[in-house]
Amino acid sequence: MGVTTVGLTEPISTARPASLWRDTLSNIVRQRNARVGLAILGLLLFAALFADQVSGSTPDKSLLGSGERRLTAPCIHLLGCPTDQPEHLFGLDANARDEFSRVIHGAQISLRIGFITVGFAIVLGSLIGLVAGYAGGAVDTVLMRVMDVVLVFPALLLAVAIVAVLGSGLINAQLAIGIVAIPVYARIMRASVLSVRDADFVTASRALGSSAADLIFRRILPNSLTPIIVAGTLGIGGAVLDVAALSFLGLGAQPPLAEWGSMIGNDRGQLFNAPYLIWAPGIALALTVFGFNLLGDGIRDALDPRLNR
Amino acid sequence: MTQYIVRRLLVTIPVLFGVIVLVFVIARLLPGDPCRILLGERATEAVCADFNHRFGFDLPIIDQFTTYLANLSHGDLGTSFRTSRPVGALLIERLPMTVELSIYALLFATIVGILLGVFSAVRRNSIVDVVTMGFANLGVSIPVFVLGLLLAFVFAIMLKGSPFALPPSGRLTAGLEIVPLAQRWGMQENQGPIRGIVDFVSNMYTFNALLSGQWGTLVDGLRHMLLPAIALGTIPLAIIARITRSSLLDVLGLDYIRTARAKGQSEANVVRKHGIPNALLPVVTIVGLQVGGLLSGAVLTETVFNLAGVGKAIFEAITSHDFAVIQGFTLVVALGFLVINLLVDISYAYLDPRIRPT
Repeated sequence: MGVTTVGLTEPISTARPASLWRDTLSNIVRQRNARVGLAILGLLLFAALFADQVSGSTPDKSLLGSGERRLTAPCIHLLGCPTDQPEHLFGLDANARDEFSRVIHGAQISLRIGFITVGFAIVLGSLIGLVAGYAGGAVDTVLMRVMDVVLVFPALLLAVAIVAVLGSGLINAQLAIGIVAIPVYARIMRASVLSVRDADFVTASRALGSSAADLIFRRILPNSLTPIIVAGTLGIGGAVLDVAALSFLGLGAQPPLAEWGSMIGNDRGQLFNAPYLIWAPGIALALTVFGFNLLGDGIRDALDPRLNR
Repeated sequence: MTQYIVRRLLVTIPVLFGVIVLVFVIARLLPGDPCRILLGERATEAVCADFNHRFGFDLPIIDQFTTYLANLSHGDLGTSFRTSRPVGALLIERLPMTVELSIYALLFATIVGILLGVFSAVRRNSIVDVVTMGFANLGVSIPVFVLGLLLAFVFAIMLKGSPFALPPSGRLTAGLEIVPLAQRWGMQENQGPIRGIVDFVSNMYTFNALLSGQWGTLVDGLRHMLLPAIALGTIPLAIIARITRSSLLDVLGLDYIRTARAKGQSEANVVRKHGIPNALLPVVTIVGLQVGGLLSGAVLTETVFNLAGVGKAIFEAITSHDFAVIQGFTLVVALGFLVINLLVDISYAYLDPRIRPT
């Protein structure tokens, strides 16, 4: 048999083919929700990274010694506050600390809380889901029933109980919220593992003699990640809220740490005479959650082909 | 259908057992010796040994668990260490308020949420739609406790003295008394489960007032419930509105809707008779799923509005290491959630024949 050669009449394009990740990224940026979310989170990230420069002061320093008074109302020169008074965008709190500085520094804490808490839950949840989905049978049943048990409890109540066992504190609060979130990711991961476990490329790899670990981590995991990424982004907002709620109840971050939830909890009694101490961290908290929710929505729309209409 | 329900019930049993084990374990893991916490640091060894013996803490953990199970099986939730009162009685005191609050919050969320969702879907991309969905997005992002404080600030401080002012704390205006139903109906002698149910309903003040015709108290109780219910219901409302909108949009794009339009039905009729009933299926699930979130939010709402409900009771019990109360309350809350999930699943199977096993 002769070999036919095809003459190339046109040069082969040397541009790199569009990669999956680049495609996805441009898909995400094309979503309006995601763009707004990214903008909000970008601002927050900027505030968090350059908190000292943006706020111009440290969050824990009391200004009592420098002639300032406790619970000074916000004073913004541009909005007509007399220029002979020192400028405090969000006023001073009950310890005469600059509220603006505390709120800006709070961004550092809340962003870290969101990523660490969800990261913890995703890693453990995915592992459980992977094992359950891949192993099947009794392992699957036992693991998923345990997850069901955790899911039966209202999340915050179980988290309160876990914090009670571990002791109050920001780390333990994050751990509690993380533990409570594990079943969500385990279920999602299990479902997507089940959908690719018997796909042809996995069977092929198994036939070639790949080990179980190889199959799980190199074939199944990469192809089951999408739903987890979507759920994770949507989950960060919820995790930030829940940790803030624990701090509000006095079980999470402890004073003087400038964590938004604990700031609101501590200044709750000032609602009548200094409500700005609640609105500033409250709005910052809502904005952060809003940003993550929008980004999560956008990523979901970009990654879910069924929604491309 | 019966087969489906039975199978669903059987699956619930191991989960229920797991819940009991988990609650028991968490209560035992709490740091600190209950005797020293309750009787003080200087309680002598002999006193503590006596205390531990009285509550069975000197038994091996397995025996403690079997005793606990045996007591549970005939409805005994134990006795509070702190108040020496049966946990069941405490539950009848505290749980009704939370249930009442959750009912109002869920009613508010479901009614307003579905209305907004339908309106947004029908007027898709109109200014109403954009504004509603913007608010829905914001609604799920506002922490319950911030919203609660905001509502209290607006309605109790800013609007003070106006007809729109609403009370920011408590269940009734000071001075108003609510007469227990048992007393009104002459049931003081009765101590059985029926009395328990009557007391439970009686402690839902607005229901009590409604049943016994105390109209002034009813209005006052409702006014006190309004702000907490709105604060608690806003997140579920936003979620329900979003689901209703997307579900109705999906349904309105289906062929049979086009057929209905082609038959010459009015648009309002198409939406009301063919669209909404079929779009509500996912909404039922979502409404059911919100109940767990409501109970979580109730802890925060009760703190903000100074309401003595179950969330606050568990919180107090945890800080004072009252094992029996933690166990009893958490168990009952989890049980309630389990039952609601079961009902949601069953109603779903009832509404959607495809889920029913053949």
